Amino acid sequence: MAHLSLTNVGKTYGGSTQPAVAGVDIEIADGEFIVLVGPSGCGKSTLLRMVAGLETVTRGDIRIGDTLVNRLDPAERDIAMVFQNYALYPHMTVRDNMAYGLKNRGESKSVIEERVAEAARMLELRPYLDRKPRALSGGQRQRVAMGRAIVRQPAAFLFDEPLSNLDAKLRVSMRMEIRKLQKRLGTTSLYVTHDQLEAMTLADRLVVLNGGAVEQIGAPLEVYRRPASTFVAAFIGAPAMSLLDARVDSGQVMLDGHALAPVAHAPGPITLGLRAEDLRITDAGLPMRVDHVEELGAQRIVHGMVGDQSLAVVDTGDATLAGTVRIAVAPSKVHLFDSTTGRRIEAAAQPAPVPAE
Amino acid sequence: MTDTPLTLAQTDGRALARLRRWWSGETANPVKRVQFDRPLTPWMFLLPQLAVVAIFFYWPSVQAVTSSFYLEDPFGFGATFVGLDNYTDALTSRGYLSTASFTAFFCVVVTALSLGIGLLLAVKADKVIRGAETYKTLLISVYAIAPPVAGLIGMMFFDMHMGPFTEIAAWFGHDLRVGIDYWDTASALIVISVWKQIPYNFIFFLSGLQSVPVSVREAALIDARSGWRRFRDITLPLLAPTAFFLLVINITYTMFDTFPIIDVIVKDKPANNPMTLVYKVYLDGFKGNDIGGSSAQSVILMVVVAALTVLQFRFLERRVHYG
Amino acid sequence: MQKIKPLDHAILILGALFLCLPVVMALMSSTQAAIDIHSNGLYITPGSEGAATYGKVLTQRGGFTGDVTGLLMLTNSMIMGLGFAVGKIVLSMMAAYALVYFRFRFATLMFWAIFATLLLPLEVRIMPSYQVMSELHLLNTYTGLIVPLLASATGTFFFRQFFRSVPDELLEAARIDGAGPVKFFIDVLVPLSKTMMSAIFIIMFIYGWNQYLWPLLMTTDESFFTLMRGIKSILQVWVGSQIPDYNEAFALAVLAMVPPVAVVVIFQRMFIKGLTESDK
Repeated sequence: MAHLSLTNVGKTYGGSTQPAVAGVDIEIADGEFIVLVGPSGCGKSTLLRMVAGLETVTRGDIRIGDTLVNRLDPAERDIAMVFQNYALYPHMTVRDNMAYGLKNRGESKSVIEERVAEAARMLELRPYLDRKPRALSGGQRQRVAMGRAIVRQPAAFLFDEPLSNLDAKLRVSMRMEIRKLQKRLGTTSLYVTHDQLEAMTLADRLVVLNGGAVEQIGAPLEVYRRPASTFVAAFIGAPAMSLLDARVDSGQVMLDGHALAPVAHAPGPITLGLRAEDLRITDAGLPMRVDHVEELGAQRIVHGMVGDQSLAVVDTGDATLAGTVRIAVAPSKVHLFDSTTGRRIEAAAQPAPVPAE
Repeated sequence: MTDTPLTLAQTDGRALARLRRWWSGETANPVKRVQFDRPLTPWMFLLPQLAVVAIFFYWPSVQAVTSSFYLEDPFGFGATFVGLDNYTDALTSRGYLSTASFTAFFCVVVTALSLGIGLLLAVKADKVIRGAETYKTLLISVYAIAPPVAGLIGMMFFDMHMGPFTEIAAWFGHDLRVGIDYWDTASALIVISVWKQIPYNFIFFLSGLQSVPVSVREAALIDARSGWRRFRDITLPLLAPTAFFLLVINITYTMFDTFPIIDVIVKDKPANNPMTLVYKVYLDGFKGNDIGGSSAQSVILMVVVAALTVLQFRFLERRVHYG
Repeated sequence: MQKIKPLDHAILILGALFLCLPVVMALMSSTQAAIDIHSNGLYITPGSEGAATYGKVLTQRGGFTGDVTGLLMLTNSMIMGLGFAVGKIVLSMMAAYALVYFRFRFATLMFWAIFATLLLPLEVRIMPSYQVMSELHLLNTYTGLIVPLLASATGTFFFRQFFRSVPDELLEAARIDGAGPVKFFIDVLVPLSKTMMSAIFIIMFIYGWNQYLWPLLMTTDESFFTLMRGIKSILQVWVGSQIPDYNEAFALAVLAMVPPVAVVVIFQRMFIKGLTESDK
């Protein structure tokens, strides 16, 4: 168990001028579960692989515990990794797959046996210990990959999209299992995913990456409630936050000529962010032409147009919607972003304070 | 490219299963869900291949078996049935037995060396990044050189007047006399045969290595510090199917495809020179006019090769399950 | 993160030298005078006799009948390589098509009749094959040189495997569009197989070009000699000569290896694909 610190970590591939990862700083406390999230190509996997030692670090320092690991071999870093396609050794049994790393570190037979048995018990793998990976289902292989990480009792777990090869149902149950297991073992974890739902449910803190740089670091709810940029706003939360071109005029956010909410901001163009779940259909307010309605059972998402910009609204009613409806939003739920930089404009609409975690 | 070496294996795995079903009288599963159902068209497509196979494979093969039971008159006036005499003559003659043991020795040495060197080069070529393509091209290109050309070039290198290898041997105080001294000739044959076969093994080992999933290698990188250990515990077992396939191919190569090399080096003067069983079949048949004896030797070889091939396909059947 | 050690490069360079140096030396020595090679050994630098030597090897009539030139042998080798490759592809594609796409009696039996040819290489039945050829009066013909070599099923298996990987829906769609078996083969399957055909073509061309034993037996008439056969004769002439024509032998060797080596180097990717997917 250890804390993990990344200081100004960067990676530029040979022959490329654009860095794949540009100066990332993250301090990870002992036992914390950090999720790196972002769209494909944002550098999240590269960052994880640099921590693992599978990619060279071209800039900055990576420390596991108090050890600078930049130049250490992967096997010397005291980490364990769970790969996307599990990377089980096809010619070894489940037992040998788990034991292999320990054997190479010179652990005694009894210790190896004990740890493998313990991991097998935790992951309900006992009936399969003598099988080869090819005789296992996808979910079971996933567990073996987890087991291989657990037996090492490493300073940190590294997960590289470990659930993306599973079907939707299994993914949800494995997600909970990983979370429970991590809490129980208390091992510092770094987890890469492109699935924002997975990120939200697993993380103690999220690191949202875009184009190799950190957009925002924070607890899931904090990131959800106060996205630091339009990028984060659009990435975290489903349905995605609607981002609209709006103006501030005489202390009001004006959208398509209608005053939406009072703000303390100088007049001028801004980007307005509205979450579908913060909007409600009322009798008076912003007019929206209904385009189509997605029925989800418990609720429905109404897609419509305000002027020539699209907007989504969550609605729980069951009245037939057609033509134009009127939309309202609480002033505290209005997000404002700089229309050129895309950064969040703070203290604009006096949002409700984020409750302490 | 990841599963390419397995493709043929898959066919033949199923093919063997089909053979079993065929023997047991069940109807074979159709290869395709939908097939054309016309009685004559398939024969039209099959006919050319079948004709060639019948005339140039089955006819001579049957003839080899029949004439192995006859003693043919050297002047071509008829033949006498002699039963298994040709076989017993061959299997008890000293010449045949010494050729057989040389063939076995030759197979072991050439196979071991060309597999070993091919594997070593493939492992290294798989590892380097800078210049990888150049190395690959250089190491592969020799594959295309015909065995007789290899024999000719090799012969020059072992030439008694100006061959570089002869000179090198002379530094060490050895008088290399290829074509005259039995073991000198054997060494030359081995060197040339290995040289010719390395690229083939290199290509297959490299493609085998590259089909080991990257993440499995990375997992090994995390699990084991020592590169040798990773190679021994992970890479080598995963290469085993390729290696076995190559083992059979190399044995077949050494037995048959080295014929031109031997012919060029030995040049029809078997005197005191080593040769392989196939070369002896040719020599006894065409130079010695012993058609019955040569045929009997052919049949013996057929059995050996058929056994090797069956072994290979049986193994390939299992090889499918990896990965 | 693999660390590259100088040792890896050293081994590779050594391997490349071991494999390529003899070829380079053969090439260089072929441009030297025979007398120089005789007294100085092999060369790794080019000489001045190249044009003369190659001109002589390509055009001078040699052999017992005085009919055969290097150019003729080159042509024969080319005919052999191309004829074999084309014949192999045509025969094996057709056979594989019948085996994969048709339901007919004895299909399994036919499959095994063709499959069995993989068991025995030509070398073990060389004697009776020769007798068959002489009974059929095919000695000293291009047919006799090429067609018997087509009797092995390697190509058939390759195409059979490939056809099996073609989605079933393609045939279903073609049948709905009204294509019969011949139309489907020519309009759909053949264009679809282009890459596979090229890969197999390269392998088979090299195989045909490099044949030695079969041409040795099949051709006594020098106008049918291939380069491989020519190598055999040039060596036979050597026996007894004072200063062998080393340079000419090397020139012949170079002529014999340049086309297949060039094919491999230029179409490397396709060649590896063809080799590793078709096994032999």
